[in-house]
Amino acid sequence: MKAVLALKDGTVIHGIGFGAKTEMLGELVFNTSMMGYQEALTDPSYGGQILLMTYPLIGNYGTNKTDQESDKIHTSGFAIRERSEDFEHKDAQKNLDNFLKDHGVPGICGIDTRFIVRHIRDKGVMPAILATSENELDVKSLINKMQKFDYSAIDFVSKTSTKTKQIFGKNNKKKIALIDYGVKMGIVRQLVERDCQVLLLPSSSTAHDVEAIEPDGILLSNGPGDPAILTDAHKTIKALEGYCPIFGICLGHQLLAHAFGGDTYKLKFGHRGSNHAVMDVKTKRTYITTQNHGFAVDKIPDKFELTQINVNDKSVEGMRSDSKNIFSVQYHPEACPGPHDTRFLFDEFLKMI
Amino acid sequence: MVTLKKPKKVLVIGSGPIVIGQSAEFDYSGTQACRALREEGVQVVLVNSNPATIQTDKDTADIVYIEPLTASVLEKIIAKEKPEALIATMGGQTGLNLSMELVKKGILEKYNVRFLGTNSDSIEVAESREHFNRLMEKIHVPILPGRVVHDYESAKEFANKNGYPVIIRPSFTLGGTGGGTANSEQELEKIMELALRLSATNEALVERSVIGWGEFEYEVIRDSQGNAQIICNMENIDPMGIHTGESIVVAPSQTLSDVDHQTLREASLRIVHAIGIEGGCNVQLAMNQQTGDYVVIEVNPRLSRSSALASKATGYPIARVATKIALGYSLPEIKNAITGTSAAFEPALDYVVVKIPRWPFDKFPKTSRLIGTQMKSTGEVMAIGRTFQEALNKALRSLEIKIPKQISPDEHLYPATDLRIFAILEAFRKGRTVDDIYKITKINKWFLRRLESLVKLEKKIKTENLSKELTFEAKRSGFSDLQIANLKEMTELEVRSLRKSFGIIPTYKIVDSCAGEFEALTPYYYSVYEQENEASVMDGKKVVVIGSGPIRIGQGIEFDYCCSQAAFALRDLGYKSIMINNNPETVSTDFDSSDRLYFEPLTFEDVMNIIEHEKPFGVVVQLGGQTSINLAEALVKAGAPLLGTSVDGIDIASDRDRFRDLANKLKIPQPKNGTASSEEQALSVASEIGYPVVVRPSYVIAGRAMEIVRSDEELRRYITEAVEVSQKRPVLIDRYLDNAIECEVDAVSDGTTVFIGGLMEHVEPAGIHSGDANIVLPSIRLTDQDKKTLVEHTEKLCKAIGIIGLVNVQYVVKEGVVYILEVNPRASRTVPFVSKAIDIPMTKLALKAMLGEKLPKLNPKMNHFAVKSVVFPFLKLLGTDIKLGPEMRSTGETMGIGKTFEMAYYKALLAAGIRLREGKKHSAFISLNDEDKKHVQKITELLKKLDFTVYGTMGTVGGVAGAITIPKIGMGSPDVVELIESGIVDLVINTPTKGGAANTDGYKMRRTSILSGIPCITNVNTAYEFLKALVELQKKELDIRRVDQYRD
Repeated sequence: MKAVLALKDGTVIHGIGFGAKTEMLGELVFNTSMMGYQEALTDPSYGGQILLMTYPLIGNYGTNKTDQESDKIHTSGFAIRERSEDFEHKDAQKNLDNFLKDHGVPGICGIDTRFIVRHIRDKGVMPAILATSENELDVKSLINKMQKFDYSAIDFVSKTSTKTKQIFGKNNKKKIALIDYGVKMGIVRQLVERDCQVLLLPSSSTAHDVEAIEPDGILLSNGPGDPAILTDAHKTIKALEGYCPIFGICLGHQLLAHAFGGDTYKLKFGHRGSNHAVMDVKTKRTYITTQNHGFAVDKIPDKFELTQINVNDKSVEGMRSDSKNIFSVQYHPEACPGPHDTRFLFDEFLKMI
Repeated sequence: MVTLKKPKKVLVIGSGPIVIGQSAEFDYSGTQACRALREEGVQVVLVNSNPATIQTDKDTADIVYIEPLTASVLEKIIAKEKPEALIATMGGQTGLNLSMELVKKGILEKYNVRFLGTNSDSIEVAESREHFNRLMEKIHVPILPGRVVHDYESAKEFANKNGYPVIIRPSFTLGGTGGGTANSEQELEKIMELALRLSATNEALVERSVIGWGEFEYEVIRDSQGNAQIICNMENIDPMGIHTGESIVVAPSQTLSDVDHQTLREASLRIVHAIGIEGGCNVQLAMNQQTGDYVVIEVNPRLSRSSALASKATGYPIARVATKIALGYSLPEIKNAITGTSAAFEPALDYVVVKIPRWPFDKFPKTSRLIGTQMKSTGEVMAIGRTFQEALNKALRSLEIKIPKQISPDEHLYPATDLRIFAILEAFRKGRTVDDIYKITKINKWFLRRLESLVKLEKKIKTENLSKELTFEAKRSGFSDLQIANLKEMTELEVRSLRKSFGIIPTYKIVDSCAGEFEALTPYYYSVYEQENEASVMDGKKVVVIGSGPIRIGQGIEFDYCCSQAAFALRDLGYKSIMINNNPETVSTDFDSSDRLYFEPLTFEDVMNIIEHEKPFGVVVQLGGQTSINLAEALVKAGAPLLGTSVDGIDIASDRDRFRDLANKLKIPQPKNGTASSEEQALSVASEIGYPVVVRPSYVIAGRAMEIVRSDEELRRYITEAVEVSQKRPVLIDRYLDNAIECEVDAVSDGTTVFIGGLMEHVEPAGIHSGDANIVLPSIRLTDQDKKTLVEHTEKLCKAIGIIGLVNVQYVVKEGVVYILEVNPRASRTVPFVSKAIDIPMTKLALKAMLGEKLPKLNPKMNHFAVKSVVFPFLKLLGTDIKLGPEMRSTGETMGIGKTFEMAYYKALLAAGIRLREGKKHSAFISLNDEDKKHVQKITELLKKLDFTVYGTMGTVGGVAGAITIPKIGMGSPDVVELIESGIVDLVINTPTKGGAANTDGYKMRRTSILSGIPCITNVNTAYEFLKALVELQKKELDIRRVDQYRD
């Protein structure tokens, strides 16, 4: 199967197609994790994005039932250097090709992924289109199709979020309201492992809806897209101030900033990978974290303090307000994929309750 | 900001001579450590006995001691230099054990020297099985059922309870020496005996075997504030049961899911936190990939061979960062020199790295080729590609080995030999299945399927038209032009030009530690067939230095030393240096050694591609040993601008007939010699020349398959057993000059002026390979007339051949006649030794000459002696007799310096492991061959002066008053072997019977002494000089000085 990855700036890459025979639009981003492709593909935060893996060999250990961060692939395409048709792992059930096919997502392989990474690093992330076909692809028309695509203007959250309340965990020592902006199951699992009952709520929930379930703590999840446009969420979060402890992760962290008068900005090419060091500004301890974000908090709201920074670009990685009983991090303490160094944050959250 | 407890002066201990299990990687880590310390304004005192190291250069450390690495020598240095602190983790197991000895003897406390980095308590925990296992239980990291034992009975009890096979690992040894897998009680008894003897603490671990589990390594770095991260994870393609140093290793891991990886990562971090590592640490783990169970196998709380590999595989300079950590910096405070961002991160790779060991079996044909839990390899190669197949193929051709044409797979698959990878490919060629090979080898099927795919591609190339698409596919799978040519029955050059006509040329990518996320500041490249070429042609006058590849016997660290020095010198001379090499252990492949590094195989194709891309001003082939000089002709034909001695000059020196004509023309005598291309011809040439003769094949590295032959019968046997003889591959036959003085000259010529760096003399009589000989500088026995003749011959030869740059000339002097043996128009293994002895960097001079400068007038004066001695791998390679001959067998060298010859000689031998136990009356056992028996009086007199008890065989010491005669093997009790085993004897002097079949008794005696760790001297001259030195030194203290203070 033939495949084309066309970028908005006119860069066109021809490769070998796999997965679904289709075309999809998205913002082209890259991830530097060397493992964990299945978790990445099923991470709802990649909604509206074509994911490129910098590690060249993908699919070696197949795909399975357990390494799922949601029940479907959220990326609008998958770009890699070398696809493993076979796989070897005790848990594996399906190869990468079939996994993408089953979810209707196109893939491209055999391409110089490093060239594209360097291109994005210089020019910044940009819209792209990934098309697969048995026939020659009309590159010109493909490029035309993405001219109007504006990632920041699209509300991916409402598409991704659960429509109804869902309950996880039999134990009900602590009741956590988890607002689903595109939650990774890893977060749910961390809470359930800690004997919580997790009530997963739609992103459209109002403060009243949340309070109605009488949670002991509120967790604002990760999710795709630009936090600035989610004004309803800003209002809900602001209204929940003081009800109970709040913990924000990734998009949840950015939404907290907006809710309390802070601001966010778009990074040139984001942070996506499992190797980013963050530093606790007080203890100077560093942790290796999983990151997946294209936006970052610029201005921290009043009465919040900066708790963690990115060691490399010094961007905001965490903030807290003791008076409001709120804290948040930009990265993914649940990992999946990635290091478990910061899973203790879930314990800290539960201690606040 | 962390408050730094930065010391003013730090002692760094090197790792001594290169041995199996401890190679060039510790010059690399030590050198990085020295630089990292000096950057901080810390004064560095460096001690190492190995002169062929960049760390012992005066540009690397502030104060250099080239002295034997023993606790008492180090105490003297500490008393003199008063360092505030010591780094124990840069000099391999040698440096670590010595540092621990200094702690235990109270020496560090006495002189108030503190440990930098991981402290001695942590090292103790990591190194002692009992402590380690207890700690693992405490932090809930699973370990193998095992027991620490101090005797055979306890080992047997454990094995009976847990079942065979069991693995035995002696504590405190390097490279797994003495370890092994026992399948039965008999095997257990044998291995235990050796293990206990070799353990510094008489202790060994007996463990349940997890043969067949996946083997993984995690390189971890942790700072004193408790920040820790993984630098690299690696997967051994060869599953558990084969030492990681003997395994083909791939980085990053290929068959672990993120869940698996995080389990092992998390365990590794828990371990380094619990131990309290401050610096680098290697964690080895095994995982049962059918169940997900895992265990930790062991940790190395220091820089290691694996950490060197991880550094080169990721671009992350582990030794440098570990040193900064030792000084008190935290990870986020340290800069990643590759990207300018912080060192606090985990490197991300966007390529695959494959490492393959290089074994010395070509040199030790009688040794078993089986590989297992004990290291036998001398070196390794690394290759980088964008697919596993590409990296593997590049690594395989980097090995520079002859792959046997006929391999029967089942002889190599299990138990594994060094040829297993080739056997697997051959098995697939024969149609065997992945499942079949998996059942035998337990190698993960993911790897096996990729090997199978290479065979499929081979078939496709063989049968289909070599189209542009197929060529591209082959190149992307790492096939060389030569491989394709062989499959298509074309020549390499035909494939090359066809490929270029398709527009298929390599692109170069950067190793940047971050998968392209940040811009790289350091130019470290590898070739692949991709869209974008990142290596924009470098500006300025550029010189390519071709490296020497993997460390092997005959081509060791000395050549890497020369290449590294060349890169430094080029900078000083205003040129830009481009290094090409494939050895991950070395200084030459450090990211800041040259202006540009290409990590590539050293074949014509790969090297020429770089030359065509960079278009350098010149190419240096004379520093990388036989590897680089062998490329000269093809490179020049393809248009490469060669620097130094011309291809024609190189040919005159290596072509027997042309060289004979030249010697005749210059009236320089040669030992009688001839060439033969059949057995009959060899016999007639030999009879014409007269026995004894030296025979060897025509193309050799370090005297491979070279032998001294004393009769027609021996010559016949040599020809049938040792070499293939044909018209194309004749054997060379030379008259062997008995009891002559062998000497050699290292010189540099600019075409008109010849600078003689050193006129060296072999301590032993001619016939021992110069790489194995003890060598002294300046000469002690040559007459002034001899020396004059040697200089004249050398000058004449250099001018006639047109030597530009380095040359090594070997001579034999007998009864006032100076015979020429050979001219090597390249750097020799003694260049670092000579450079250090005369304090003139010969490589730098050679570069000046190659770049067209005239040599300055130099007059090296020595008012001291320097001796080069050597170490042998006999302990690791069972089944090999330790007698020496014209075939080189040593792995590494030491240097002893002194105001007298005796002092220098004693120290060189001491550094090479010839050491007598302290604080007791000594005894020696002597058994000499008939020819040497005339020296027995001389030897025993010296032994008496030294108050030794003398034991010996009847034939040797029968007539010596006071000597105790010991019966031959099995003729009484204790017999000779039992005596040596008993540990009564401190020194064995045993000279092998000359010629043919090994004397069984002699062989057993030598073997026993090696296995018992008792110094064994096999040459009567060596013994005599050693004992004379001991007598001399009885009156004196060991003279220990900074290397530059011997000149006073």
